[in-house]
Amino acid sequence: MIRDSEPLVLGIETSCDETGVGVVRGTTLLADAIASSVDEHARFGGVVPEVASRAHLEAMAPTVERALAEAGVAFADVDAIAVTAGPGLAGALLVGVAAAKAYALALGKPLYGVNHLAAHVAVDQLEHGPLPKPCVAMLVSGGHSSLLLVPDVATDVRPLGATVDDAAGEAFDKIARVLGLGFPGGPVIDRMAREGTADAIAFPRGKYDDGTYDFSFSGLKTAVARWVEARERAGEPVPVADVAASFQEAVVDVLTAKALAACRAHGVKDLLVGGGVAANSRLRALAAQRCEAAGVRLRVPRPKLCTDNGAMVAALGAELVASGTVPSELDLPADSALPITTIRL
Amino acid sequence: MLVLAFDTATAAVTVALYEWIPGAGVRPRAAADAVDARRHAEVLTPAIAGVLAEAGAVPADLSAVAVGVGPGPYTGLRVGLMTARALGEALKIPVHGICSLDAIAWASARDEPFVVATDARRKEVYWARYESARVRTTGPAVSPPAEVLAELGVGPGELPVIGEGAALYPAQLGAAADPLPLLPSAAALAELAVTRLSGADGLPLLPPEPLYLRRPDARAPGPRKKVSQG
Repeated sequence: MIRDSEPLVLGIETSCDETGVGVVRGTTLLADAIASSVDEHARFGGVVPEVASRAHLEAMAPTVERALAEAGVAFADVDAIAVTAGPGLAGALLVGVAAAKAYALALGKPLYGVNHLAAHVAVDQLEHGPLPKPCVAMLVSGGHSSLLLVPDVATDVRPLGATVDDAAGEAFDKIARVLGLGFPGGPVIDRMAREGTADAIAFPRGKYDDGTYDFSFSGLKTAVARWVEARERAGEPVPVADVAASFQEAVVDVLTAKALAACRAHGVKDLLVGGGVAANSRLRALAAQRCEAAGVRLRVPRPKLCTDNGAMVAALGAELVASGTVPSELDLPADSALPITTIRL
Repeated sequence: MLVLAFDTATAAVTVALYEWIPGAGVRPRAAADAVDARRHAEVLTPAIAGVLAEAGAVPADLSAVAVGVGPGPYTGLRVGLMTARALGEALKIPVHGICSLDAIAWASARDEPFVVATDARRKEVYWARYESARVRTTGPAVSPPAEVLAELGVGPGELPVIGEGAALYPAQLGAAADPLPLLPSAAALAELAVTRLSGADGLPLLPPEPLYLRRPDARAPGPRKKVSQG
């Protein structure tokens, strides 16, 4: 049931190549509108910041209109504006921040500049209800690979570990390029891997047993490239499906092993997996299997809520309103390196 | 009618609020100017809130927005355009674009031909040629300063050049004796917008679209680099 007493929040996300605008009331999702510039980046083999920033400017107003229409609400009904203030691409973030400030000023409503990673955690409340306190969250995307202890997503998020080099999603993109599969790499490797054998090739698992919650994917990336090049040099065919499956297995093996180790070490019985790589079918399957074996409850939002979107920003905004957090000022900056400990800037 | 004008296409963040009574004239109500090339986003919205408060007005009192559409360095330019578009959308009021070089030209009130040049970074200038402060004849364009006069087919000193480009590259451009104004002002933007909205002649109102003049720096990747040696 939707209660009118809960805050209606408009959320804006522009940290990378998706212009996302979401509308939530409390923990109820009302609209999730997205405009993506991914096709414009594909020929460059990765996200080009200036191309993304230009696309955000063009997409913002139409995407806001679409979200309000989808939610069946008017600007005047909005109680608060939330926007990703960081981390992300500086120029891209600024477009969303400028828009959010103008909406907040025009409507006379409070503004919340929020942390992109905390928003990836908060979004799960829209699908699975209030988050257990505490939970462990693993966020894996093209820009991030982080393990977090989350006593309270509105007020207390603690970093446990993060990648020391490439993000997991970045490794998928790079291996897709090595295999000639195009950009973005995540969905196509997931698809190819289903035709291959996950233990066909023993690729290295970086930092697997180092006792930290940090990740490293750069050595794996190099190992896969070397293996493929050796085949090419020998004039042998590259078993693309087996390479994809074995690479993917190495990534999700390390991710899930460390996530469950974190749950064990902190006595936490709930694991949340979010971010674009959480859409990977093998990661979801292996996480489910290992969580079940360990007696840990697994929460993974549906794929559309795992990738960058505005609903997650609105969800965190609603949580901040509910927790009585003081809004941001109109001189809110964008911070491309915003630390996870700063939930509201 | 209250007209809000601002420009973020240069190092300046300039905001002005004008009251326009059609048939009776136009008068300034409040203005705020800051030069801070790295903090457009932080400075702009509080400056708008500030001029509204100074005039005792609220956002819902606004009738129109006039925004500088560049050309200018992209990030700052976008902050102004995004702010203008979002205000227009939320307040359901029209947003008019004005070439930021036109705002400098308009404010100069010159009657003879001249050139406006601003800093395009990367050792280039954004520039346009004007027949007078009311008529633009060439541009806007972006070029190395040494090529501007050649593109116009004139020699050094034949055309006065005004704007911060003239101050930055006096040797290549041959600055005017009085190169002011160096930067666009929101006051000029507002006065030009009201002039056009009241039906008088002047430099054109444009859609609120950015004049980037350059393509994004991006190159399609070449062949994949090998990681193996030899």
